Order: sequence, then C-alpha cells, then structure tokens
Amino acid sequence: MKILKTFCILLIFFLFFQNYSSANSSQQVDKISKNLRCLICQGQSVYDSQSDFALSMKTLIKKKIDEGKNDDEIYDFLISKYGEWIVYEPKFRKNTIFLWLLPILVFFVGGLIIFKKTKFFKL
Amino acid sequence: MSKNIKLTSIVLIVLFSFFVLLKGLDKSNTYSPELSTTKINFNFKAKDLFSDDEFFLDDLIKNDEMSLINIWASWCLPCRDEHVYLLNLKSQYKLNIVGINYKDSEINAKKFLKELGNPYTNIITDPKGINSIELGAFGVPETFLIDNNSKLIIKKFIGPLDDSTFNQLTKLIK
Repeated sequence: MKILKTFCILLIFFLFFQNYSSANSSQQVDKISKNLRCLICQGQSVYDSQSDFALSMKTLIKKKIDEGKNDDEIYDFLISKYGEWIVYEPKFRKNTIFLWLLPILVFFVGGLIIFKKTKFFKL
Repeated sequence: MSKNIKLTSIVLIVLFSFFVLLKGLDKSNTYSPELSTTKINFNFKAKDLFSDDEFFLDDLIKNDEMSLINIWASWCLPCRDEHVYLLNLKSQYKLNIVGINYKDSEINAKKFLKELGNPYTNIITDPKGINSIELGAFGVPETFLIDNNSKLIIKKFIGPLDDSTFNQLTKLIK
C-alpha cells in the first residue's frame, strides 16, 4: 500500500512537472515568435500567422528550446539564415546604433529646448 | 531676419521630407531574400524517401562540383510546372539534384514522381518543414545551386524554375 502511495505521489509530481515544463517552453516559443516577422505574410508576426512557413518556424523554435538553446542563440541562428529583417526588435549593433540612440537623443534635445524656453528657469 | 530663417528651414524640411517619401515610393517594400547569407547548414540528418535510411545532407552533395537542392511537394502546383526543367537539368547536364520533400505524404510524393519522372539523385523528407528552415528556405518550390567545395550558395531561386531561371542556371553550370 505504501509503495502504491509513493508511486502515485511520484506519478502526480512527474506529470505536474512535465506539464509545467512544457507550458514554460510553449511560453518561450510564443515570446520568441512574437518578435519574428513572418517573411511570406504581409504585416504578421510568426506568432500570428498560420502559414506553413510560420508553423515550421514555431516547430523549429520549440526544437531549439528543447535542445537547450537560449533566446539569443535562437535569434542569432535565424538572423544568420534570414537576415536582421526577420526580427522586429533589431539587436544593438554598429549599424543599428543610430536607430536605438536617435529617440533618446531627440528626447534629450527636446528636453533641453523646453528647459531653456520655460519661464520657470528664468526666475 | 529670424522669421526668414525659420520660414526657409521649414520649407527645406518639408521639401526634404517630400523627396525622401517620393523616393521611398519607388522602392519595393517586399523583402529581398538575396540579402541573407550564402552560408548553409548541411549538417542535419533526414530520412530518405525510398528507404528508412537516414542521411546527412552533407554526404549527398560531396561527389560533384556543383549540386542543386530543390525543395518540392506533391501538393504544390508550381512544382509540377518546374519539374520539366529539373528533368532537363538531370538529363542534359548530369547535375546532382537533391530533393527535399516538404511537408508531404510519402504515397503522394512517390505517385508524383511516378507520373512526372524522377530527376533527383536522392530525396530526403522534411515532414515538419524544419530542415527547410535550417536551409534558410521560405517555402516550396525553392532551389539552391551549391558549390560543393566551398559549401556556399551560388544562387537561390525562390519560386518555380522557368525559362529565364533555367537559362541563368545553365550559364552558371557551364
């Protein structure tokens, strides 16, 4: 009886853990595929699209996660195959510096103009 | 004076934006896959269509100077149209053509080849479409001309082969 009880507890634990880990990996697939552009669809992400390309891509991402690859490794792999265009959020690189820094620059320059024009500082 | 400068700069900005947008209209907004890498991953194993053996793609393209990798499926209508070009390439130029059977049923794929002929030296299957993504493909049909020594893509043809792409291919092979 005791053995049966232990077996049941272990089984429940195992099933729970398996579900938990598969839910985790599926969440990671969703997260990655939301940042990927479906290259054969108009204006859809891989996550949204039901095209063959997107479905294969999701299966591949799941396979890579199961192999123990992290997000960056998967993005790098896909960028090496399809180019930087495939990601919605490009990485911070030499040729994307302007893209990332321009909004911050505009924010500070705008702030400076407001700072200079406001009467508050003239007091 | 300061009013004039302001007016001139506004006009200049508007004109600049206008010409940038006008130039943008000419540019095609479709993604050009030509920009992506010419490197390819040959190091994956896949099942042969006619047997239960598994092959590394790498082993299938070693013998010749150039190889053609063609992604196809029996359910893909444009694949039927391009099949005659593949048969030509095989018979006239003795090219090593490796087929990747994309998301297809084994029976239908074999029926397709029986009906139209088999130009392929080897065919590996890709039931989930993962291998094609490993190659950097977009779908079916798609053809890669590969330099076997450098393991680089010489030319990538997205969509079915036609007269014009067939001529391009034969020029590259010669």
